[in-house]
Amino acid sequence: MNVSRRWLEDFLRRPLETGDLVARLGMLGAPVDAVEPLHAGLGEIRVALVESVAPHPSADRLRLCTVNDGSGTPKRVVCGAPNVTAGRRYPFAAVGATVPHGKGGGPMKLERANIRGEVSEGMLCSARELGLGQDHDGILELATDAAPGTPLLEVLPIADDRLIIDVGPNRPDLLGHKGVARELGAAYGVPIRLPAIPGAERIDVPPPRREAATAAAGGIRITLEDLAGCRRFHAASIRGVKVGPSPAWLQSRLESVGVRAINNVVDATNYVMLELSQPMHAFDAARLRGPALVVRRPRAGESTLVTLDNVSRPLDAETTVIADAEGVIGLAGIMGGASTEVSDATTDVLLEAAWWEPSRIRRTRRRLGLSTEASYRFERGVDLWAGGDAMRRCVELVLATAGGTLTEPPLDLWPEPSHPPRIFLRPARVTQVLGVELPWHELERCLVAVGATVVSKPADGRMAVDVPGWRPDLKEEIDLIEEVARIHGYDAFPIELRPARVGSLPDAPIELAASAVRQGLTAEGLFEVITLPMTSQDAPDAVRLLNPLSASDRYLRRELLSGLVRQVRFNWDHQVRDIRLFEVGTVFRARPGQRPLEARNVVGIVTGAREPLHWTGTGKADFDRWDLGGFFQAAVALANPAASIQVQGNSWVAVSEDGRRVGRAEVLSADAPPWAAPLLGFEVELDPAPRPPVRFRPLPSTPSSERDLALLLPDGVAAAQVIRVLRQAAGTLLVGVAVLDEYRGSGVEAGIRSVLFRLRFRAPDRTLETAEVDRLERQVLAALERELGVRRREAGPERPKEG
Amino acid sequence: MALEKTGFADLDALLPRLERLAGLDADPLEAEHIALLGRKSGAITELLKRLPALPIDQRKAFGAAVNRLKTEAEALIEARRTALEQARRDRSEAVDLTMPPRRRWTGADHPVTRVIDELLGIFRELGFTVAVGPEVETEWLNFGALNFRPDHPAMDLHDTIYLDAPPLNEAPRGGRLLLRTHTSPVQIRVMQASAPPIRVVMPGMVYRNDPFDPSHAPGFSQIEGLAVDEGLSFVDLKATLVQFARRFFGPTTKVRFRPSFFPFTEPSAEMDVECQLCHGSGCPACKGTGWMEILGSGMVHPRVLENGGVDPERYTGFAWGMGPHRIALLRYGVPDIRLFYEGDMRFLTQFGPGGQGDA
Repeated sequence: MNVSRRWLEDFLRRPLETGDLVARLGMLGAPVDAVEPLHAGLGEIRVALVESVAPHPSADRLRLCTVNDGSGTPKRVVCGAPNVTAGRRYPFAAVGATVPHGKGGGPMKLERANIRGEVSEGMLCSARELGLGQDHDGILELATDAAPGTPLLEVLPIADDRLIIDVGPNRPDLLGHKGVARELGAAYGVPIRLPAIPGAERIDVPPPRREAATAAAGGIRITLEDLAGCRRFHAASIRGVKVGPSPAWLQSRLESVGVRAINNVVDATNYVMLELSQPMHAFDAARLRGPALVVRRPRAGESTLVTLDNVSRPLDAETTVIADAEGVIGLAGIMGGASTEVSDATTDVLLEAAWWEPSRIRRTRRRLGLSTEASYRFERGVDLWAGGDAMRRCVELVLATAGGTLTEPPLDLWPEPSHPPRIFLRPARVTQVLGVELPWHELERCLVAVGATVVSKPADGRMAVDVPGWRPDLKEEIDLIEEVARIHGYDAFPIELRPARVGSLPDAPIELAASAVRQGLTAEGLFEVITLPMTSQDAPDAVRLLNPLSASDRYLRRELLSGLVRQVRFNWDHQVRDIRLFEVGTVFRARPGQRPLEARNVVGIVTGAREPLHWTGTGKADFDRWDLGGFFQAAVALANPAASIQVQGNSWVAVSEDGRRVGRAEVLSADAPPWAAPLLGFEVELDPAPRPPVRFRPLPSTPSSERDLALLLPDGVAAAQVIRVLRQAAGTLLVGVAVLDEYRGSGVEAGIRSVLFRLRFRAPDRTLETAEVDRLERQVLAALERELGVRRREAGPERPKEG
Repeated sequence: MALEKTGFADLDALLPRLERLAGLDADPLEAEHIALLGRKSGAITELLKRLPALPIDQRKAFGAAVNRLKTEAEALIEARRTALEQARRDRSEAVDLTMPPRRRWTGADHPVTRVIDELLGIFRELGFTVAVGPEVETEWLNFGALNFRPDHPAMDLHDTIYLDAPPLNEAPRGGRLLLRTHTSPVQIRVMQASAPPIRVVMPGMVYRNDPFDPSHAPGFSQIEGLAVDEGLSFVDLKATLVQFARRFFGPTTKVRFRPSFFPFTEPSAEMDVECQLCHGSGCPACKGTGWMEILGSGMVHPRVLENGGVDPERYTGFAWGMGPHRIALLRYGVPDIRLFYEGDMRFLTQFGPGGQGDA
């Protein structure tokens, strides 16, 4: 909502300081998004007195003027305006000053000029040159006796600030200057009054005639058929208007809030809307067929309407329309039709001030994608009880600016009259919600300040409050409590940390699990990313979006890894080679007839150097599949500790206790630049089950013995099988197995590899004797040969070690 | 008498010389080595030479003492030699310690996660626990239960992404499925699942049909808070959130509350903190106001309590919501929200330990 400071000043009858205005509106709940100073470009223009006017020696149309600009030195100015007169005052731009609208239309800085042989030391300005109107027939004569040199802005009441207020959807009353002024009046503690209409004689608009659903105004039969769409309809007929430009004050008022002036009748309707928040409409009465005006739904065959903007709009059964005797002529509450638009030829007008059902307006506005100043206000709700005041104001304005006669009192069609609601307020409830006990008179003060009436003080201690019609948002007790808090002032409530009971809910286990995963994977050297779930990947159980932001990303992701591959590509595109990313994110699966299944997955991707490059020679190796396996092991232990890792084909998978695949790790193929390292990725489902705490195991109190065994594994025998046999054969005395080396080549037959295992033996209760370890070693070698055909490599390194 | 004969006094007289060894330079050290241990006339050697002349009964004790002295002297001389040698090497072939040391890769949480963790930490200390809910919601839980009316302009602020799926029949009401536009549905879920006193914070991703630009994204994080109990009031709301602001932004941070509008709270309040860049004097970041909007809050609307199965006459509550993505922009001075979504290592590594860029 654009608001003019000067317009508000007229309501409050006092000067307002813009900064203070902004601060107060903010604290009242109507924050100002921006302030635009108007006519700021006139700062250098001063009042000047023309002391003498003489003909230009070499040009008939030009005059030579002597100008007193207050500087002490008279200026010689060449002026082409026919109306320049000695002894009068005009706006003057001296050499060096800037005029807002110069010859090219833009700002122009004045220089000393030589015009037909005569020096000119400045310019006397027209209204157009100052951006104050279109008048360029002569220079702007100032009706002032201000001293020469006085800044023009101190003389002309045009310096203004446009405030752009962020009005919440609950406050339609703030969509007009009167509503904003009313709030400020409450804040400043001053009454407000409608500004006088300049130049208007006292016009006596009679009170409207109250009717039910149909009546005639100026010979036009007006009927409300769609009572669900229109609760109240005011109309007034004015004959003999002369349509033309509005007076300057009205044009400049509209322009001060960014509304273009059109003609006096249309400008009057816009003025009333901007002042009282009630949108108005003016029909060319002569073009109403019948003559009649009907509020109804479209009939069969009525499928489109050409609106004022010359666009054909489709109608549907939910649209409330305005029709004449022969067809639809307007979209109620949104935009009028082209056929009955007020034009220069119009002589009779019918003015409308209606109350349209907000939800209906909203639906049609959305359906047509057509938001107007009118629909914006109707959708939020205009004052059902103030349409008459708006009509009276509009009639006054039209009569004052376009002439004509109001042939009969305006009409008020109101089939079901009502009063604004009465709400009961319990002071104890105010205390309960606001935490401070406010005395009765303070409650009353706050409510009266917003326009409510405290009508009685019933014996039960409740306050009966009649809310004003312009506040459709005040419907129940809690709404009044908010008004009390707002007017009392949010600052006035103490900041006092009072004792409170803690909640009984434990932290959500999945959040704790996610947090543990993050901690673990950052310790592994990975960086967390956050990606969005929209994807282009379809699948039978993919969740589909109805209105996706981008036509390609119309599904919700079922896995995270492909999103991270995209991010790796982004890095590659920026010549980044070492990339280590992870995410804990939500994945979705559609389930017919139910909500989609949502789960959280943990995903990681790495590529590039295994460690930072260092001048001593480390950091030259890239991550390989064995690093991937390690990351995967860590991720599974963090995210899904009950799962086990298995080999499947050429990659690893994690399998839950019930045999479900809950994770995978793989060497990825991607569209990589030639300098990129292998791309390695893994993804694991995050198990939300609470993690049991770590259990302490007693530290060993006996020494262990190590034996290194170089074993010959025929192809087809896996290390895991060897380890299983080792454990079976050695029993609990074997406390650790490590793999130290793998070798193929000379000295080892083809089809066989030599793998070096280090076995660690320990008895919890005694020091193992060498003989006993020898016996265990023989035992496992025998079992390996028996079960896997694996033998010891005789020449293999052997490093018995006690420790 | 016997002592003098055996030479224990001569032995003691050598002790100060041993103490001085650690301060000698290389040449005096070698001279002293000879003077003490020289085969011909070293002082300690001389003492040893006396041994054969001693009576048997004294020979053993004196011999042991002299040998201890000798060992000690040798060790001290050797240690001093090593130290001098090290010093010499440090001087001549000195290690250049300005060469870069060796680092290991380090990882880091996303900057938005850092903000979320910090926020959650503060609220945990104020007695709140963490609750979460699904990202796909029904119209009822996302809007209706939160006192949005279907044809109200307040809906315009929530440009909703709907699922292409039939509406859901859920008790008490379901409706179309959508990506939640705020974390507020979790409020209803928590109230339905537990009885007051309730004190929870609810982090999560929310979605709006807004295209990416420097300050908008179609999905971003939110943290919602909810406290419901007997006797909670607007004073508790203000005090709790001021406490939070001072913990998060600093103990002297100025805070203000402005009236605002949310369908699910009444009275509603916007909380501003003094601009973190200009500290109140006005700058482009705060549009000259000196304040920055940090969160929306309010007393839970009675109808929302009712929809959560809580008696609004007995219990009151307050709630608030804020955007960690937005707070992270402010906190880290990030100019464009899209940087949070790109996974750019050059960006992420700035938030690692030591802030080193390693990519």
